[in-house]
Amino acid sequence: MDQRLITAAIVVFGVPAVLVGYIWLTERILQVMPEQRQGRIRPWIWIAPALLFLVVFLVYPTINTLVLSFQDRAGSAFVGLANYEYFFTSSSTLISLRNSVLWVIFMTAGVVGLGLIIAILVDRVRYEPIAKSVIFVPLAISFVAASIIWTFMYQFRAPGTAQTGTLNAVLELVGVAPSAFIQTAPLNNFFLIIVGVWMWTGFAMVILSAGLKGISTELLEAARVDGANEWQVFRGIILPLLLPTIFVVGTTIVITALKSFDIVYTMTSGNFETDVIAHRMYQEMFINGHFGRASAVAIVLLVAIVPFMVLNIKRFREQEAIR
Amino acid sequence: MTAAVKPASAVASKSRGRIGTRWPLHLTIIVLMVIWLVPTVGLFVNSFRPASDVAGSGWWTAFVPPWEFTLSNYEHVLARQGLDQAFINSLFITIPATVMTVLVAAFAAYAFAWMNFPFKNVLFVIVVGLLVVPLQSTLIPVLRLFASTGIAGTFLAVWLAHTGYGLPFAIYLLRNYMGGLPREVFESAAIDGASPATAFFRLALPMSVPVLASLAIFQFLFIWNDLLVALIYIGAVNSENLPLTVVVANLVNSLGGETHFLTAAAFLTMALPLIVFLALQRYFVRGITGGAVKG
Amino acid sequence: MNQGSRRWRGIAALAGAGLLAVVACTPAAETGGTEVSVIGTWGGSEQESFLAMVAPWEESTGNTVKYTGTRDINAVLTTGVASGILPDLAGLPGPGQMTAWAQAGALKPLDEVLDLETYRADTSPAFVDLGTVDGKVVGVFIKSALKGLIWYNPNVFSGSAPTTWEAVMGTDPGSADSLWCVGIESGAASGWAGTDWIEDFVLRQSGPDVYDAWVNGTHAWSSPEIKSAFEAFGEVLDASFGGADTVVSTNFGAAGNPLFTDPPGCLFHHQASFITDFFKEQGGAADGDFDFFPMPDINPSYAGAFTGAGDLFGMFNDTPAARDLLKYLVTAEAQQIWVSRGGALSGNTKVTEYPDEVSARSAAALGSAKIFRFDGGDLMPTALQSAFFKAMVDFTQDQSALDSILAELDAASESARGG
Repeated sequence: MDQRLITAAIVVFGVPAVLVGYIWLTERILQVMPEQRQGRIRPWIWIAPALLFLVVFLVYPTINTLVLSFQDRAGSAFVGLANYEYFFTSSSTLISLRNSVLWVIFMTAGVVGLGLIIAILVDRVRYEPIAKSVIFVPLAISFVAASIIWTFMYQFRAPGTAQTGTLNAVLELVGVAPSAFIQTAPLNNFFLIIVGVWMWTGFAMVILSAGLKGISTELLEAARVDGANEWQVFRGIILPLLLPTIFVVGTTIVITALKSFDIVYTMTSGNFETDVIAHRMYQEMFINGHFGRASAVAIVLLVAIVPFMVLNIKRFREQEAIR
Repeated sequence: MTAAVKPASAVASKSRGRIGTRWPLHLTIIVLMVIWLVPTVGLFVNSFRPASDVAGSGWWTAFVPPWEFTLSNYEHVLARQGLDQAFINSLFITIPATVMTVLVAAFAAYAFAWMNFPFKNVLFVIVVGLLVVPLQSTLIPVLRLFASTGIAGTFLAVWLAHTGYGLPFAIYLLRNYMGGLPREVFESAAIDGASPATAFFRLALPMSVPVLASLAIFQFLFIWNDLLVALIYIGAVNSENLPLTVVVANLVNSLGGETHFLTAAAFLTMALPLIVFLALQRYFVRGITGGAVKG
Repeated sequence: MNQGSRRWRGIAALAGAGLLAVVACTPAAETGGTEVSVIGTWGGSEQESFLAMVAPWEESTGNTVKYTGTRDINAVLTTGVASGILPDLAGLPGPGQMTAWAQAGALKPLDEVLDLETYRADTSPAFVDLGTVDGKVVGVFIKSALKGLIWYNPNVFSGSAPTTWEAVMGTDPGSADSLWCVGIESGAASGWAGTDWIEDFVLRQSGPDVYDAWVNGTHAWSSPEIKSAFEAFGEVLDASFGGADTVVSTNFGAAGNPLFTDPPGCLFHHQASFITDFFKEQGGAADGDFDFFPMPDINPSYAGAFTGAGDLFGMFNDTPAARDLLKYLVTAEAQQIWVSRGGALSGNTKVTEYPDEVSARSAAALGSAKIFRFDGGDLMPTALQSAFFKAMVDFTQDQSALDSILAELDAASESARGG
């Protein structure tokens, strides 16, 4: 048998065993301690593995990024805030900033809204698994394939020749002149965001649907018996109970939209005024080789989500207070 | 939502609802399904057409004579050297990394949800905030680390990296769900003398099955479709360990030609994640939480 | 509780055993020859050709080549140079990065590796110079392409090849819709097909000295010479099939397809020698459906000028096997293999056998070029090249913005060169 197959099998079973063994072992040690100290130490033992991973793979690189963001192209001299100044004054990065704001607003609204609607609608039909699988399909597609798919959708051919793009063929059918969807600013940003919504709605749907399944049937039943109509049930019971989950999905999608890179990278490469900040960062880092500017973009991203994080703290305090 | 839906329990209406009053619901769902499927169907049809046809006419023209379907795109992809090895590599990378992420995140999420310690909320928000760290900015420091420990090019390197990158979302999702579990369950367990560890394995985990299944499927997908992480941490030194994505992306030549093979490859690579999703669907149904609590 | 802990003890024991096994299972020693890791941008049929090229070497030495092909090579090599995790040999994105990496000491000099005398004797001087940094050879060319060829469908255009640029532009499209087919879309590198046009115009209008100064950043973009090249391309765009929207949204590989439609969309298509594969693959053309004439001279004092490009290759890890492979790759014997498989020309003058007439004629044109210049965009710093690509897209969409586009390129040039 393949040597690596054995290794993999051991890892699949060994890793959980090691982790479970770790909890078991530390729990044994904790039990001989006084109760009060147990309570102080135990949480740190439980989060230690996660913290270790996060420090190595995310915190340490971020500190590195922070330092680089105050340095020049190759990281050889400090330049103060020059990289940040460039970010907020150069016309090309300002366009990318504007577009990222569009992405955050419209992709989040589209994904969370459609995800919620679909999760609630399919909950009521017998073919729910099929419907969910259909919405889920785009998630399983790689970005490279997705860009080909949407190239076929948006393709533009000279008026008068056969249109090979689905949307332009539809336009032709109803007698409207074909349009170069991806090449015409500023609407092209929305056509790219549609690709993002198409890919991520399945994600929101799956999580929201799982949350929906957690709402007790008896509760809904009782409300309906009391004469509440479907809208009242939704407003009065489903929405409040689902709100924490909506919040999680919303936050995740906001961050995904802020970081969105692949769709722009594969479909326009930032041409036609479609650049976004994460793509600018990639450009600065790997094309222009300017680590200082690339790092400044990453730090701006980090700062941009602070308001969302503050909201999260508030919400978790509330959750702990009510339960 | 839909006004036409009669007040009846969701579960009951699934079986009893009359077509007459429920058609707007069905229509909405079916229209959404069609919108979602059309782009993929277009690609699917084109994957069975010769490249020159694809360049010259839309995919819908394939349905009128002369029918010129071909399997040659699929044959070419399947005949590609190293494809089977890459498929196995993708599994080697994806499965352990998914398992590691879910477990490590579950421990941390449980602690964040049901234990008390100083700076808990601040620490948690920092963890979630790390979601925004762009992967690209971590590549060089992490690769340096792998270089100094000598694990660049190995599967271990990508397992660790994917776990690190996946944790913020995983902890966020699980903590939110576990935090919503009923307090009484844990309180009565504590009264019965169960340690927090026992409560975690016997109560919290089984009750979180739907969200664990969602997390597992997402983590599986993200890693399965990842190209950059594997390329950077493995690609430079050990092409034998590269996953499917890298091999498939390279069906295209350096000038961007031969993209028609990607159409076929796209369907071959998405098959497995879809099967995983379908297999995990049975954990996404109502009532599993209640059942687990009773059992 | 008791029951639980017994189960956990079992699991922990299993974990210990598992860990031991993982340690025991660490990779077994390789049998036989050495492995040489190689990264390049070649994919698809190119990858097959490269592997065919190294196969005889693997057979004779017992070594193996581990090849990774990726179009994200910039990311791999940038992170690699910064961390020290690098392949033994690699295709280099362009002369710009080659210089930077050679000066940083990441790329190893090849003067000791190659038999320099034979290498210089066998290789076109332009290619030798391009691979040289600070007097040392660090990059060699695996294959090359000739640019500035004008393709046509002999079934549509049967006249004799025009010998002046005016004559080309003055040709009556006849049954074709337009004179030119242009397409500059190319994913992340959209616009490059337009830069080839500009380079060909600069070289033929203003000569090699202006060309070199422009590429090196000492001749301004906003100068009359460069502006006139853009304007000449603007005239081509005005006579192109479908207009600006079609040009920016058509992939360069599919751009030539209207040559072969009925009625034809256009008469001429300007592209490098590699395009024939696309004609056959996407345009549904067969051998004999396409032919070319070289883009004519514009200023007679610079007659016989050509631009071209090639795939650079360098060494990051100095191992005996890597040296041996590199030495093999520059030989005529090795390069002949790829050339015979099609889609490539060779910079090695000893390679003489071409698989078909069209590639034989391209090779002859490359060999007889009086003035030869490497693709200018490839020679510029990567940031500037990327701005040049974008500028072509912008210019195509709005020709009236030319002055501001050129001014931006001047600024990009200054900033990319460390300003």
